[in-house]
Amino acid sequence: MSVAEDRSWTGRLRRRAVGALPPEKLLPDKQPSYVSSWIYVFGVLSLSCLAVIIGSGTILALKGPGWWHFTGVGHFFNSIHLWSVELFFFFMVVHLWGKYWMAAWRGGRARVWITGAVTFLVAIPCALTGYVSQQNFDAQWISTQAKDAMNSAGIGAFFNLLNFGQMYSYHVLLLPSAVVAIVVAHILLVRKHGVVPPFELQATAAKAPEPTATAESVEQETPA
Amino acid sequence: MTRRERRALDTEAYREWNGGYRSYDLVKEASIALGLILALCVVLTILFSSPDEKPSTVQSWARSDPVDFVTTATTELDGSSGTAGYGPPYNHASGGQHVWFIHLQKWLGVSHPVDTAKDFVLAPLRSIAGQPALQAAVTAYESASAKQQTAWTGAYEKNLTKATAGANGSISVPDGGYGPLPTMMSGLLRFAQGGGLDGVLLTSPQFYQTDYTKPLLFMADGSVLSDRAHAEHLLGRQWGIMNETGSYPGQVWLWLYTFWYQIKPFSTSANADILVMGLMGVLSLALVLIPFIPGIRDVPRWIPLYRLIWRDHYRSVYG
Repeated sequence: MSVAEDRSWTGRLRRRAVGALPPEKLLPDKQPSYVSSWIYVFGVLSLSCLAVIIGSGTILALKGPGWWHFTGVGHFFNSIHLWSVELFFFFMVVHLWGKYWMAAWRGGRARVWITGAVTFLVAIPCALTGYVSQQNFDAQWISTQAKDAMNSAGIGAFFNLLNFGQMYSYHVLLLPSAVVAIVVAHILLVRKHGVVPPFELQATAAKAPEPTATAESVEQETPA
Repeated sequence: MTRRERRALDTEAYREWNGGYRSYDLVKEASIALGLILALCVVLTILFSSPDEKPSTVQSWARSDPVDFVTTATTELDGSSGTAGYGPPYNHASGGQHVWFIHLQKWLGVSHPVDTAKDFVLAPLRSIAGQPALQAAVTAYESASAKQQTAWTGAYEKNLTKATAGANGSISVPDGGYGPLPTMMSGLLRFAQGGGLDGVLLTSPQFYQTDYTKPLLFMADGSVLSDRAHAEHLLGRQWGIMNETGSYPGQVWLWLYTFWYQIKPFSTSANADILVMGLMGVLSLALVLIPFIPGIRDVPRWIPLYRLIWRDHYRSVYG
């Protein structure tokens, strides 16, 4: 490595990124043996829903906001979009509850929990702006009702639920970008810190493997 | 050992896993999950589709319920409608909602100014060409004193409760001292029934329009939206905006937000919206900061659901 490479911003960034997330952590082919429960599938199911939301939303955006009202194909993709959103929230809530009961913030993983919880909170206005961008009666009713909450908190001064153009921009660009950015951060943090280990059972702790902070992780292949 | 030292030790103990590992194919799992979700969405789409109730328009409202339309327009004219007395961000008629000394609605100011008399009634009437009698009536109203205007609108509103709609879409109001109001409101009603008012309420200084603030506020002041919402179980007392038209699941994730509106003191407070927003803000912050909140972060230890989650692990390690 030349001196120039060593001191360049690019070189420093690469070394830092690879140090934090080496390829075997970023795309692992092994999991701790305790990762053996159905509760673990809800994270990846939430991500899959997000992928379907973005895919169906992209198709709807390509054809414009009015397309789905007067074509069967458009209505089909709008339905895909709706159901993927419903499933996304369902799986995400189950995922959050599961992680709560695991106390998944243990072992220096608070940022993993925080990014997950913030994803849920940012997804709510993302969905709301979608509901008020539908250009149907539902959009009229939700926007005229929800405006009072926004106005009461002063948010309505710059976030006008009755302005279709503004809400559409928030829905197709600004808020989805925020959700995706936080989800990416969440996944990278999960990959960096790994899945939280189980609580030790105090009564029989002597028989349990001893997790130590200083020792390097010793990877042992065990049958699933 | 202090509590802080014990927590630090606990954190370090769970930082790394030094036990066994098993084979795992991340890409395969993600691909299968994506396929399953896509298939599930397609099945749900085929079975249930999605709702799309046509929007109301000012034109459809004026045609289906002309009495309500004229009554609403009169309240917009005399400043007694919901929007006219709303306050920020539409006007200065009130200070808006507040909690304690915090007046966020007032502090953020009037960012979307709406003058209901001018924007919803007088300016649209002025845009109608070729009707000198109508323009003369508008001039007579504008030239009258505020006291006279109030007398006309008050008398008119009182007798609008006895008004009836005719077969041709006009309304019939018992005779009274209304000044130029019958001419004005008949003109506005015909204009709305022809679709003209929908366009005028959207007019801004430029050609392209995307802001529906004015027509939505106008319709929300009447009963056209709330009547449909009542039939669709969407009113606030029916758990409001978390519901969806038809039998579809709506924004069910808003259940807690909607819940507060069903109970006191929120259900009877004039400041319900800011109280609920404030409460939900605190609860949202608490959700994010659970790892740092004593008690809440300890519940998973006290109620050992983790024994169920990791039962395979405990069985293999502890026997």
